[in-house]
Amino acid sequence: MLTRTRAAEEAPTQVESGLGSVSLRDVCKTFAAPRRGADPVAALGGLSLRARAGEIVAVVGPSGCGKTTLLELVCGLSEPDTGTVDAAPAALMAQRDLLLPWRSAVDNAALALRVAGVPRGPARERAAALLHDFGLAGFERARPGELSGGMRQRVAFARTLLSGRTILCLDEPFAALDALTRQEMQDWLAGALLAQPRTVVLVTHDVEEAIVLADRVLVMSPRPGRVVATLEVDVPRPRRRSDPALVALRERALRELRA
Amino acid sequence: MTALVLLLALIGGWEAYTRLSGIDEFVLPAPTAIATALYDDRALLWSNFTVTAGEIGLGMLVAIVLGLACAVAIHFSAGLRRALYPLLVGSQTIPIVLIAPLLVAWWGFGLAPKLAIVALVCFFPIVVPTLDALDRVDADLRKLMRTFGASRWQTFRMVEAPAAMPGVLTGAKLSVAIAAIAATLAELAGSDAGLGNLMLKAIPQFETARAFAAVLILSAFSVALFALLALAERRLLPWAHQSRGTAP
Repeated sequence: MLTRTRAAEEAPTQVESGLGSVSLRDVCKTFAAPRRGADPVAALGGLSLRARAGEIVAVVGPSGCGKTTLLELVCGLSEPDTGTVDAAPAALMAQRDLLLPWRSAVDNAALALRVAGVPRGPARERAAALLHDFGLAGFERARPGELSGGMRQRVAFARTLLSGRTILCLDEPFAALDALTRQEMQDWLAGALLAQPRTVVLVTHDVEEAIVLADRVLVMSPRPGRVVATLEVDVPRPRRRSDPALVALRERALRELRA
Repeated sequence: MTALVLLLALIGGWEAYTRLSGIDEFVLPAPTAIATALYDDRALLWSNFTVTAGEIGLGMLVAIVLGLACAVAIHFSAGLRRALYPLLVGSQTIPIVLIAPLLVAWWGFGLAPKLAIVALVCFFPIVVPTLDALDRVDADLRKLMRTFGASRWQTFRMVEAPAAMPGVLTGAKLSVAIAAIAATLAELAGSDAGLGNLMLKAIPQFETARAFAAVLILSAFSVALFALLALAERRLLPWAHQSRGTAP
């Protein structure tokens, strides 16, 4: 599905300088009450997180523990109430592919380039090269409505990579897919990141996804979210799901989540 | 198919009734009499039709241009939304029958009052669906554009404006139906040509069949315009009819 050597040689998305890092320290974020009479919602309560350059950090936690809030802080879409957020510009990829239904796959992938002022021709060329690497050759002109869920997520990932950001924030990127496609896409993403390293903050409630993909897994508490456990995943890539070390880590992460 | 059969049965029944009851032709003309009028008066009908078609076409154009400008302005400014929206709704409560003769008194028998009335009536159905479509654009899409460093204008041009196109076309389709009525009303209020003018003159001349023929032409024109817009929608916005899952 992915020709690694080719991607590395041509490097259509190689970032100019080194990869950025992410550092959140004692971050608190509270939202105003959703309606009159309700209590304000404390999303994050003293969360700290570090992702070194090129590191893949996964954050797992129960629903509504402030995971999406965390990514919005990293991407600069909102400001923390207290604490510090230190991150190079980051690109966000969400659970929903958010492709523009009127644009073809290649034009969707090229969206960030067009925003950055790259002319249409070169932008399309770079996007088409990446789609080709992602196993989407022949689908360049297809509209999102004609693509499967997995294909759409790959187009969305191409768009995210082409934004040229060295930090990727992935917000449950495969949660909307069926189980089989999800596993396929996780393996595919692991390969894609091996070919084109990025600093990644991956937020998910799928523990297996976190263990398979990440260098480090942070377990979050229910709201207000903070980190309650850190698991180093010292397993070389490519990884197999059935690897006993991974299975043991998964059990540990699940125990921490239930605690 | 069933619609055609029903229509034929209706026309057949109408024809039979006018023949058997012996009703005066200027009270209720038979379909055959209308068809005859359609043929005999074709030059007269055509010359008046072009006048009314011009009023409808230009009036809708004015409504679309002003409507889009208004929708975009309201979309960009919360202040304008508060200031303009009530006025907009208020503009729809103006009784056209009352204001049409006034406009004729101000601006004469020419094109201006017709354009104003058609535009006034068509404006609202264009603004509302357009504004709705602009407002319904996924907040996450706007966030995505922000992470790409897009300016407000880029987000509008690349995301919001294309997303609003189906709304614009829905508005235009809604307007077509009422534009013909608006043009006719405007002509009834004061005019020297047009299908509405023709209808007004035909009744006292006992040329009821001619008035019916004029109505028939006006309906056919509206249906044709509507079909044209539906076709344009399918051609230009095929994505709007595909999967709903990815719609912004």
